[in-house]
Amino acid sequence: MTDLTKITLAGALDGLTAGDFSSVELTDAHIEACEAASGLNAFITPTFDLARDQAKASDERRASGTVGKLEGAPLGMKDLFCTEGVKSTAASKILGDFTPTYESTVSANMKADGMVMLGKLNLDQFAMGSANETSFYGPVINPWRNGEDLVPGGSSGGSASAVAAGLCLGATATDTGGSIRQPASFTGTVGIKPTYGRCSRYGIVAFASSLDQAGPIAKTVEDAAILLESMAGYDPKDSTSLNETVPDWRGACGQSVKGLRVGVPKEYTIDGMPSEIEALWQQGVDWMRDAGAEIVEVSLPHTKYALPVYYVVAPAEASSNLARYDGMRYGLRVDGENLADTYERTRTEGFGDEVRRRIMIGTYVLSAGYYDAYYLRAQKVRTKIADDFRNAWDSCDVLLTPTAPSAAFPVGRKINDPVQMYLNDVFTVTANLAGLPGISVPAALDGNGLPLGLQVIGKALDESTVFKAAGALEKAAGFTAKPEKWWA
Amino acid sequence: MAEPEHGVSRDDVKKIARLARLHVEDSQCGAIADDLNGILAWIEQLGEVNVEGVEPMTSAVDMRAPMRPDIVTAGGIRDQILANAPKAEDGFFVVPRSVE
Repeated sequence: MTDLTKITLAGALDGLTAGDFSSVELTDAHIEACEAASGLNAFITPTFDLARDQAKASDERRASGTVGKLEGAPLGMKDLFCTEGVKSTAASKILGDFTPTYESTVSANMKADGMVMLGKLNLDQFAMGSANETSFYGPVINPWRNGEDLVPGGSSGGSASAVAAGLCLGATATDTGGSIRQPASFTGTVGIKPTYGRCSRYGIVAFASSLDQAGPIAKTVEDAAILLESMAGYDPKDSTSLNETVPDWRGACGQSVKGLRVGVPKEYTIDGMPSEIEALWQQGVDWMRDAGAEIVEVSLPHTKYALPVYYVVAPAEASSNLARYDGMRYGLRVDGENLADTYERTRTEGFGDEVRRRIMIGTYVLSAGYYDAYYLRAQKVRTKIADDFRNAWDSCDVLLTPTAPSAAFPVGRKINDPVQMYLNDVFTVTANLAGLPGISVPAALDGNGLPLGLQVIGKALDESTVFKAAGALEKAAGFTAKPEKWWA
Repeated sequence: MAEPEHGVSRDDVKKIARLARLHVEDSQCGAIADDLNGILAWIEQLGEVNVEGVEPMTSAVDMRAPMRPDIVTAGGIRDQILANAPKAEDGFFVVPRSVE
């Protein structure tokens, strides 16, 4: 029998339909892989017993003729999604014992479609980080190695690591500044952040509400389309949810890109970027041209301001969102001398260093006297960044860029300057600010044998074209490399 | 490290921490001020952009706030709401004394 952890989600769904194996068999194979991979630290809370029950129930449903979109597929859930009866920590101490009594809309959609949930995946604390090193539960290790342990990227590091290592057929993730696409690039997986408003934010622990979007990390572009079709959809419980139907994204994946206008933004070249990434970008341009696309040079003149805007807007929204953690109604409480002292002790002990740092920045830029200089100005520059994209769409249909300015780097690399760490998101953050869909597709290995991704950004609500272009890129790249299985 | 125009002092750190309901030891204030100043100096490049007449972007998509009937949609779940409370008694949250 084939190794069931090596097949794609599409392959697994076909195999289940054909009766080649049951969901119980498929799930057991993945549980075994998870148990052997504890060294990767991809899970915060495994739910193997629940998964076995769900797999059994799925096989029974299938026998009675009910087959959902994800029927019987063992998947992972980023631990930022609230799951009823299953601890949901946001990789923090403050929510360390939080067990929601309700289900996020995204995970509820997937449950209704027959998902089997293997567990809750590790992440950067409150999704704040680009290396999965800010988790209260320890760093996640990338299955790809270069003689030493590497980070899987972040914040969806557990999701990326688990999919790359074959621990689950796909996983949910979230992306506020690049947290789906950068880890996908670091682990040789596919990750898409859809248009803002496609996936409901209800039940997702909030970081920066005007930027947060859910999306999948998967083994292939087609698998990402299957997952996103289940995750997305209108939800009245989220006031920013878009009342739009979910198209047939899976069907878009194999379509021809003949005549598609692919924009190449000249500002996406930064100092210190490895020449291999430049070369891969050019290779991607050639692949698209060979596939029949028309290449257009475009300009996004405010690109360099995207990260500074992000580091005003995101901490400002975070400082407001995280004000709810006061130790009164749920989460950790650390008793102090009086009420104010209890608040302070609870929050200081309950939040990690990076979370406290961002709360401090956000509080400062929103405080009296600085609001106009920092926050209001950042919101105006954000308008200019969104305008850059609107102008670009006059001459092109999608944009092609590198996903990240580097390959995966070593765990524990000392970074004293937080700005250096923030640069990881330089190519991804623009799509969050403008609310646009972006996907990372694994394209090649660098000289050290580590995966590198290319990113396709599309117009709002035009995921179909993004999937089409990503499918063409995937086909041309023919990326089939897998990490050597050193962890089991 | 570059200094931002509106530099953050050690006293400012205390003030910001108080607003954010975070506890900061006196011995940490200097390091936190340096940290914040590094980030703020980098953010100040936004001052180069001409934003005259530009509307601030407050939402990622153009949409109006959706309306719904003003009715209870998920009531009667007191026990669920209290299920994660650090301290609860007789159907109430128990909180520290706030009025002396």
